[in-house]
Amino acid sequence: MRTRGSLIVAALGLALHGLGPSQAKAQALIADLSEHRVSITTGFVGTEVLLFGATDGEGDVVVVVRGPARRELVRRKNRIGGIWVNDAEMAFDGVPAFYAVAANRAITEIVPEALRIRHEIGSGYLRVKAEEGADPKEVRRFWAALVRNKELDRLYGKKTRQVRFLGPRLFRTKIFFPANVPTGIYKVEVYLIRKGAVVGAQTTPLVVSKAGLGAEVYEFAHRNSVLYGIMAVAIALAAGWLAGFVFRKA
Amino acid sequence: MQIYLPIAEMSVNVFWLLGLGGGIGYLSGLFGVGGGFLMTPLLIFIGVPPAVAVATEANQIVAASVSGVLAHWRRANVDFKMGGVLLAGGLLGSTFGVWLYSLLRELGQLDLVIALAYVVFLGIIGSLMLGEAGRTILRRRRTSGAGRKLHQHTWLHGLPFKLRFRKSKLYISALLPLGVGLFVGILAAIMGVGGGFVMVPAMIYLLGMPTAVVVGTSLFQIVFVTANITFLQAINNQTVDVVLAVMLLTGGVIGAQLGSRHTGKLPAEYLRALLALLVLLVCGKLIFDLVAMPDDIYSLGPQVTP
Repeated sequence: MRTRGSLIVAALGLALHGLGPSQAKAQALIADLSEHRVSITTGFVGTEVLLFGATDGEGDVVVVVRGPARRELVRRKNRIGGIWVNDAEMAFDGVPAFYAVAANRAITEIVPEALRIRHEIGSGYLRVKAEEGADPKEVRRFWAALVRNKELDRLYGKKTRQVRFLGPRLFRTKIFFPANVPTGIYKVEVYLIRKGAVVGAQTTPLVVSKAGLGAEVYEFAHRNSVLYGIMAVAIALAAGWLAGFVFRKA
Repeated sequence: MQIYLPIAEMSVNVFWLLGLGGGIGYLSGLFGVGGGFLMTPLLIFIGVPPAVAVATEANQIVAASVSGVLAHWRRANVDFKMGGVLLAGGLLGSTFGVWLYSLLRELGQLDLVIALAYVVFLGIIGSLMLGEAGRTILRRRRTSGAGRKLHQHTWLHGLPFKLRFRKSKLYISALLPLGVGLFVGILAAIMGVGGGFVMVPAMIYLLGMPTAVVVGTSLFQIVFVTANITFLQAINNQTVDVVLAVMLLTGGVIGAQLGSRHTGKLPAEYLRALLALLVLLVCGKLIFDLVAMPDDIYSLGPQVTP
């Protein structure tokens, strides 16, 4: 027993030693969310999740929220014979379904370019895959359009949201999820930045899922679409028959 | 009070939906039309994805037509034989229509085709109805009513596979109603309508059916064609939103009853003229949307689930 116990202690010590720097980083910053699950229920109109935390001293805090990566298709209309018709499209891979950034002051003042590229801070810095062999100018235009449309749907933050410091060490911010928020596993990354270097970082997962009646209807429609189709027709037939019956009496 | 529509993936005010269903239901009761051709564009105008609007509206029309056809059945105003032939065409047409619908959606041309189909058909039907109602109003003012021949004999009556339709007092080729059913079935699948607004004139002017059995027979086949569309859309595209359908049909049923009670209060030709104007108004809005410079010429395509 004794030998075993000391072995564990030794292993732990080694692990701590090996993890030295990153462990220090993790302690430089602690953050958590008010909820780790956003449930899209029947009455869902969007929601706010509170992110709060503390730093070990001076520094700037940047929060990046990222939805699950997906393939997105962007289409462009052109005027043909007086009518606007879709006549060009481009697909992007690895596009986050949701993306938002928050910071306690202007991002450009806090984070140097190299770090923004490395940590993909800002929608202009996302590493997505466009179709191979596409004209880079076109790729830029289509990408800008994707971001613009996502902003319009409130799925990409148009502006950097505010991280508020309460005193020198405590901070908080709110993450807003609109009613049309896509489902999946989200990543909330919090960075503590001092003099242009990341000195602390923490990633927290957040699950967005449908719940209640709406979730069941959606699941049913996708998992068991034959039965769903029959049910939909049956409900309509019953409702129509019932209405005819009730109003004949009346 | 907001409700989240699970398939449309948006949140809408419940009273809005009930009101929309009720309003269109009232009009459909008042004018004796299905209302799909007004409801589908309106759903799209309020932001329901066109794919979901079309498929869900088919589901709602099933309910609306069932209560209608039952009423006509009780009055023995349904020609089941004619309805059966129309239906055979309708089932073929709507099945092809749903397939075409999925293809167009993939190509990114669905919204355009839906809009163009609406513009063409609403434009034609609206102008014809307005013209006809206008002439009737003028003629009634000048009195004198000239009799109209029930139907003229053309090359259409020389087609093979002749069948006798007792109830409709017709002896015509089965190809005619089959063709009409086929065509209307395709339209119904793509436009999210029952197709009564094309079916009824075709039955009167093309097939020469007596007006008394036209509406009942048309409703009879619409029930099955829209049921087929609902089913196929649910399987192929998962775009039938039952929550939305139930909201709309609840409002629709009540509205239709109120509407049908107010029918007798205005002369028929004025009602038709009003309906024609309404149809042309929706048509005009659609034309405007097609021609006007869009806010953003770029748009996001549908989500492809890998």
